[in-house]
Amino acid sequence: MKVAIVVFPGSNCDRDISWAIKNICGKKPDYIWHKEKNFTNYDLIILPGGFSYGDYLRCGAIGSHSPIMKEIKKRSQNGTKIIGICNGFQILTESKMLPGSLLQNENLKFICKKIYLKVKNNNTFVSKKYKLNEIINVPIAHMEGRYYCSKETLKELENNNQIIFQYCNDNGNVKNNYNPNGSIMNIAGIVNLKGNVLGMMPHPERCSEELLGGENGIKFFRSIFESIN
Amino acid sequence: MLRDAILDPQGNTIKKSLNSLGFKNVKSVRQGKLIEIDLNTSSSNKEKKNIEKMCEDVLTNSLTEKYKIKFLK
Repeated sequence: MKVAIVVFPGSNCDRDISWAIKNICGKKPDYIWHKEKNFTNYDLIILPGGFSYGDYLRCGAIGSHSPIMKEIKKRSQNGTKIIGICNGFQILTESKMLPGSLLQNENLKFICKKIYLKVKNNNTFVSKKYKLNEIINVPIAHMEGRYYCSKETLKELENNNQIIFQYCNDNGNVKNNYNPNGSIMNIAGIVNLKGNVLGMMPHPERCSEELLGGENGIKFFRSIFESIN
Repeated sequence: MLRDAILDPQGNTIKKSLNSLGFKNVKSVRQGKLIEIDLNTSSSNKEKKNIEKMCEDVLTNSLTEKYKIKFLK
């Protein structure tokens, strides 16, 4: 399994996710600077969390125009698996690789805490090791995580089973009370129609070993490992 | 500016603050961003298309935001 992690100026979860993958899958990913245009083939490309370009203009907006993004877009169309976590998700929506947009949290606060997620589709490359409707405890840490899309897009996401993770309580109740940021339909993570591009606000890399206070993210990386090998 | 259909929590907070300061007739507030661009040209007609392209491609997210362009001397 060949994995690349794109490093933007301001990325700060690049090392965390590299550590998690090395720990769980045994292979150390490569880092690629966002200015690269030519690079070798990878099975998986990760856009990590952080504050690319200081979140200036809109989160992910400037990063989505980084030189590397053209090539990543091309490769995603050819089936390369792409993951964007937190700021990575924002970059994926800004670059139109995923539908919708991420707006400022409804309560205007930076939210940094562990929340519950429901696995709504376990038939994807990141969720196949989870049970359908499994409830997992994962941290979020963001200011702009309110997922928004048009009614038509929402219908498409639902009809095509593209909603992978939804915010819920510890019983798996998906209600507005358990929605930390005001996301439409409690959406925390989606895939594209083809199923090879995933974006999510929560951080599985921050709950993939006991020492960090949780292991619910391990199956996320095992799913990827199994899907690729 | 955020599009009308999009919730603007910052605008709502500003509105509440204005109301509590005694400006009771403030019905709603929407807030946005002002970007000033200094161009190397004097012909605004020629640049209008260019600026529109900047707005569409980078400066705004057309799903959630709208924009207005104003030329100043």
